[in-house]
Amino acid sequence: MLAQLTEGFVPLLAQDALLPARNQMAISLGAHIILACFGVSMPAMLFVLHRKGVKGDADALELAKRWSKVSAVLFAIGAVSGTILAFELGLLWPGLMEQFGDVVGLAFTLEGISFFVEAIFLGIYVYGWGRLPTKTHQFLLLPMIISGMTGTFFVMSVNSWMNAPTGFDIVNGQVVNINPWAAIFNDAVFLQYLHMLLAAYMVAAFTMVSVYSVGWLRGKRDRLHRLGILVPLTFAAIVTPIQPIVGHFAGQAIADRQPIKLAAIEGLSETESRVPIIVGGFFDEEEGEVVAGVEVPIPGLGSFLAQNSFNAEIIGLNDVPEDEQPPVNIVRYSFQIMVGIGTGLAMLVTYAGFRWFRDKDSFLENKWMLRAFALTGAGAIIAMETGWITTEVGRQPWVVHGILRTEDAVTDGNWVWFTFIGLTIIYVGMFAAGFGVLRSMSKRWAAGEKDLESPYGPARIQELVA
Amino acid sequence: MLTDDAVAAVMFAAVTLYAVFAGADFGTGLWDLLAGGAKKGAPTRRLIDKALGPVWEANHVWLIFVIVLLWSGFPRPFATIMRELAIPFWLVGLGIVLRGSGFAFRKFAPTLQAARLAGIVFAGSSLFTPFFLGTIAGAIASGRVGAGIEDEVIWLSPTSILGGLLATGTCSFLAAVFLTEEAERLGDSELTEDLRKKSLISGSVTGVISLLGVSVLASDAPTLFDGLTGRGAPEILIAAVAGSFTMIMLAQGYTRRARLSAVIAVATVVIGWGFAQYPWLLVDNVTIADGAGHPATLTALLIASGIAAVVITPALILLYRLVDTDQLGH
Repeated sequence: MLAQLTEGFVPLLAQDALLPARNQMAISLGAHIILACFGVSMPAMLFVLHRKGVKGDADALELAKRWSKVSAVLFAIGAVSGTILAFELGLLWPGLMEQFGDVVGLAFTLEGISFFVEAIFLGIYVYGWGRLPTKTHQFLLLPMIISGMTGTFFVMSVNSWMNAPTGFDIVNGQVVNINPWAAIFNDAVFLQYLHMLLAAYMVAAFTMVSVYSVGWLRGKRDRLHRLGILVPLTFAAIVTPIQPIVGHFAGQAIADRQPIKLAAIEGLSETESRVPIIVGGFFDEEEGEVVAGVEVPIPGLGSFLAQNSFNAEIIGLNDVPEDEQPPVNIVRYSFQIMVGIGTGLAMLVTYAGFRWFRDKDSFLENKWMLRAFALTGAGAIIAMETGWITTEVGRQPWVVHGILRTEDAVTDGNWVWFTFIGLTIIYVGMFAAGFGVLRSMSKRWAAGEKDLESPYGPARIQELVA
Repeated sequence: MLTDDAVAAVMFAAVTLYAVFAGADFGTGLWDLLAGGAKKGAPTRRLIDKALGPVWEANHVWLIFVIVLLWSGFPRPFATIMRELAIPFWLVGLGIVLRGSGFAFRKFAPTLQAARLAGIVFAGSSLFTPFFLGTIAGAIASGRVGAGIEDEVIWLSPTSILGGLLATGTCSFLAAVFLTEEAERLGDSELTEDLRKKSLISGSVTGVISLLGVSVLASDAPTLFDGLTGRGAPEILIAAVAGSFTMIMLAQGYTRRARLSAVIAVATVVIGWGFAQYPWLLVDNVTIADGAGHPATLTALLIASGIAAVVITPALILLYRLVDTDQLGH
């Protein structure tokens, strides 16, 4: 009986590592990127609060203290999930690393150095409360802000290199003439970097806005909550309206560099000119077109957005053989969700900014504004994740665009289903526990405990014994 | 070739720093597990929380640095290692995730029960992670990685098991010595005495394992054994002297000196291993020169390492000074 079971099971597990490996990478990256956003952008928001605090605003200082503790927890999970990604590059994709490890390695090394700087200064900053001179303490955030930016740059450099590979030649199947600096400064890096950096600030800022808006709606209308909404909202209001512009140019770059990715985004089978924009619907593979969608009544808008001309020709999926085309629906839906949410967020913060200049924070009295704010955190995260799905799935079947297929990079290990399922379970547990810990922190703060005692501390033990 | 040796040297320096600093962090797991119930163990666990809190992430980054240098400088050996040692690497990854999140969560856990669970997860994973790192080192050092062995689980060989036990023992010993010094500095004499005893016991056990290990290495890892008794002999000798000196200092209650000599002992063992297996990257199978990546990348990595040294060293000194003195600039 058992033998029969395993006989049926083992071939299933051993058959193909590609699917579970891709899923595992998606889960690992999708989880880590949320935490990375906080690591990149929280220091800047902390700096504003801390500075206010040092200038005499006790509430801002208290909020900075609390957020530094939140950051420490998020940074810890981010550090370990980032390590898993480093392992996975080798464990799941040895074919990528053995061929191109020395092409992209420099970028990863510089990213590692950035992360190192951030980890050290986070340690000093969080431990430094009450131990460092008040005036200098805040400036420890500056190296963290800078290393967050450089770290983002180097990670995005590797990803953009996968979209626009450069810095090497292939001669007789061998990777030669490597120039690691050229690989870092590839054609796609600048826009992709900017796009992700803004996204990182949006994710963390909107999440904080959401958390404090929910508190506000529940009646916690103190100055801490007011600051907790307004400071990150200011950050969001600055970066969010820029994001669609950067995204637009990043999209135009795709039209030149990865036309098939763009074809998947548009759901376009054959090369055409005067391509419209169709919202919603789904791509029917049999028919090779989008059905049940709503066409925007501007003819050639798709061509215009991609090539600056309403008559421009857009390359279709069938320009390449079928086995070089990405799955269309997932790419197209992801893209539309990202654009939809991003546009909505940009409109919301523009409106809030308009209200602010008219009559300050009166919008805090508007329940519907706050309900909208409460949704922005989840919205920003979904927009970022769908953006990643668009670019990553849209590049398939390539891991290195036009050069190395994902299926040729994957491990031949027969353990990938186990690690995929195992990692998923552990990450769900870790995120649930992390959520619980953050909730308990906020409850203790609400109960008036300023300094969180370790559960092993005397006060709590006495409670337990009594 | 100068650049490939230089990159290998930088990488090994990072391994050494990881062994010493992260080793002391991982080693606290054993003492956390053995500290006793919530009330009895509270002083030990508070000390561990305080000692690790500000530094463990920075100490952990050495491993990431080693990994990226390995795949950038030596991409093909890296792929070989990851293919052949996937299982222990997954176990190390599991340990790293559980250790980090368990540690971060227990301090702020909602209930004592949750804190206990997080604490056990933290301590248990701290105990097993160095073991699997040791088995990885043992597999490479005994000439099994890259040899195309199919009929043996290469990370469970005698040298791997020895590596695992030595790593666990060394980490526990280092942690005990660090914690003893910390407890004394904070003026908790009862805790200092308790940890001093634990340092002496774990030091003795680790010393005995090392001595027994000599015969294992002689038969199971001949190339490494020749190296340890040849090129690496001076370092191993220094390590033996420093280790013995640490025990004497501990016995007499000089905790700060014991801490310094314990660091020297562990660092020289790791450096000795490096010298012993030179010029092999994967012992008996791939040399540093054969496994090296493109020269342009190696040069770039040396430049990056130079930047790292300039940027990271002062920051690390600041961090350790703050933790060691508890106040800065007042």
